[in-house]
Amino acid sequence: MTSHLLIRVALRSAAVGYVLVLIFLPLAALAQQSVAAGWDRFIQDLTAPQASAALWLTIETAAIATAINAVFGTLSALVLVRYEFPGRWLLNALVDLPFAIPTLVAGLMIAAIYGPTSILGTWLQQGGLTVLYNQPGIILAMLFVTMPFTIRSLQPVLMGLERDQEEAAFTLGASPWTTFWKVTVPSVLPGLLTGVFLTFVRALGEFGSIVIVAGNIPMKTQVASVYVYGEIESYNPQAATSVSVLILLISFVVLLLLERLTRRPGERLPKLFHWSNRADRPGHEAAMPTAAQ
Amino acid sequence: MKIEVRGLTKTFGSSNAVGGVSFVVNEGELLGLLGPSGSGKTTVLRLIAGLEVPTSGDIFIDGKRVNDLTVQERNIGFVFQHYALFKHLTVFDNIAFGLKIKKWNRRDIEQRVAELLALMSLDGLGGRYPHQLSGGQRQRVAIARALAPRPSVLLMDEPFGAVDAKVRQELREWLIRLHTDLNVTSLFVTHDQEEAMEVSGRIIVFSKGKLEQAGSPADVYEEPATEFVARFIGSMNIVEGIVRRGQVQVGSLEFPATGFADGQKLQVGFRPYYVKIAEDPARYRQQAKLRHIYFLGVAYRLEIETPDGLILRSRMNKEEFRRCHFIVGQAVSFAVTHFRILPREGTSPSLGTESGSPIAGPLTP
Repeated sequence: MTSHLLIRVALRSAAVGYVLVLIFLPLAALAQQSVAAGWDRFIQDLTAPQASAALWLTIETAAIATAINAVFGTLSALVLVRYEFPGRWLLNALVDLPFAIPTLVAGLMIAAIYGPTSILGTWLQQGGLTVLYNQPGIILAMLFVTMPFTIRSLQPVLMGLERDQEEAAFTLGASPWTTFWKVTVPSVLPGLLTGVFLTFVRALGEFGSIVIVAGNIPMKTQVASVYVYGEIESYNPQAATSVSVLILLISFVVLLLLERLTRRPGERLPKLFHWSNRADRPGHEAAMPTAAQ
Repeated sequence: MKIEVRGLTKTFGSSNAVGGVSFVVNEGELLGLLGPSGSGKTTVLRLIAGLEVPTSGDIFIDGKRVNDLTVQERNIGFVFQHYALFKHLTVFDNIAFGLKIKKWNRRDIEQRVAELLALMSLDGLGGRYPHQLSGGQRQRVAIARALAPRPSVLLMDEPFGAVDAKVRQELREWLIRLHTDLNVTSLFVTHDQEEAMEVSGRIIVFSKGKLEQAGSPADVYEEPATEFVARFIGSMNIVEGIVRRGQVQVGSLEFPATGFADGQKLQVGFRPYYVKIAEDPARYRQQAKLRHIYFLGVAYRLEIETPDGLILRSRMNKEEFRRCHFIVGQAVSFAVTHFRILPREGTSPSLGTESGSPIAGPLTP
């Protein structure tokens, strides 16, 4: 018993310590540094025209990228889970590519396709749409690096969603459209929210690909992370820290919100991040085979 | 309302899941579709519901051909094997789902759900989520949800398949009571012959997408129309022999088989309780050795081996067993008091279905 207790305490301390050392300490150090010079300085740093422009641009483009990826990610996940077609395995493997390649390389790829010397870039330019060194370029870069989030968060929940729930809705008179909105979407909502929120915070912090495609024109196409980098380069760590802390704060609030939203009372936790086996739930004695099995 | 299917066929790829099935479920009946897994019984249920499209054949509900109606338009209640409850909705909202789709007003919905919660002994559970319920409760919610919009027929796929043995027994009794109360035409699928026997008013036995026999539980048990039914339902000794001068000869056993040509191979089946055993070697004409004694709780099963190497099962009630003093390995005498000649697979199941006909009947020891 004692040795069990010891192991349990040791395991928990290790987990807590790990998070503390890796995440909390650097965060605290940064936060401390940002307010060390006083609140006024912090507010000043954030309200500097170039800083606030960068922050707004980042939030706007991240929101647009998130919305686009939510819709197309959901469609892609549905297609990948529900339909058999030649090359599905290849498509499924490609989804993870943005995780695997350096973001700088992602930026280079986008620059190569949409650059002023490329066919597509020239054609779009003639149509009045400048992608590179412009906001669409930033959004494209964000879309590329965040593409896996929605798809990968939704896939397991979609596979776990038994087809018979949708069929049950049909037998009760619901049309396929109603069934999609009333049964499919609510059932996968925790997964969808997870994907959407992760996409947003990841897009907020993206640097490598954007620095290549955005052109980084202050007040126009300079995002927050690039601004931070610029301030560090020009020996202004205080401003860099302040903007960083704000970005962190937004991300943190978004993640807390996600945690709350996906943990509504009575609602099941999304399987992706919570493996806790809740013995206090009644009804666990009955096996519930899923369609994925 | 009455359900009728005529020549129903469903092909998946090159295999026939259902091959030309016709039967009727009478108004207010509780009918069980019984068969081993993969026999096509679930497909039949899904075809009636409109969840599958038949390759050929017709489906009638209340005399109306429903082939061209979508699942939404057929007004059926369907209970899925694994409940298929909406996990993100409370018990109340699960049951109300169909009513909201049909645009009932709020007061009527509340009243109907309350009524069903009471009927299903689910009072006070309306606010729970499916994962907060036991297996038996989930199943009752599933039935309540299916019944809520007042379907014309209730279809249930292995309704007790996913709950444990004790809950299952309770649910069976509860379903029979519910059916007696509501009297809605119900069709359920099961692979459990005991369940089919106990719950159904009538049973349809399926094998390999074909209808083997339809009848009351007693009919199907006592008068199996095919070898498959005989083997699938209950326990039966099945022996094979060749007809000689109007008798099927199986070693030293002889079964009258008038009307069958000499040299024909026939199968004879008899239930274990029609095999009588005595310690006294002179009591019955046939001799055997007692190989095993099994205690079954309500009775004993004795396994004997004839000099020809035939192994037969006999069933004996406790009182009778106690009067004898059987020892494994001892010599016994036995007789088969009733038997049936079984139609071969693929032959007409009408053969020998009449009790007392020359090919089925009591034997004098």
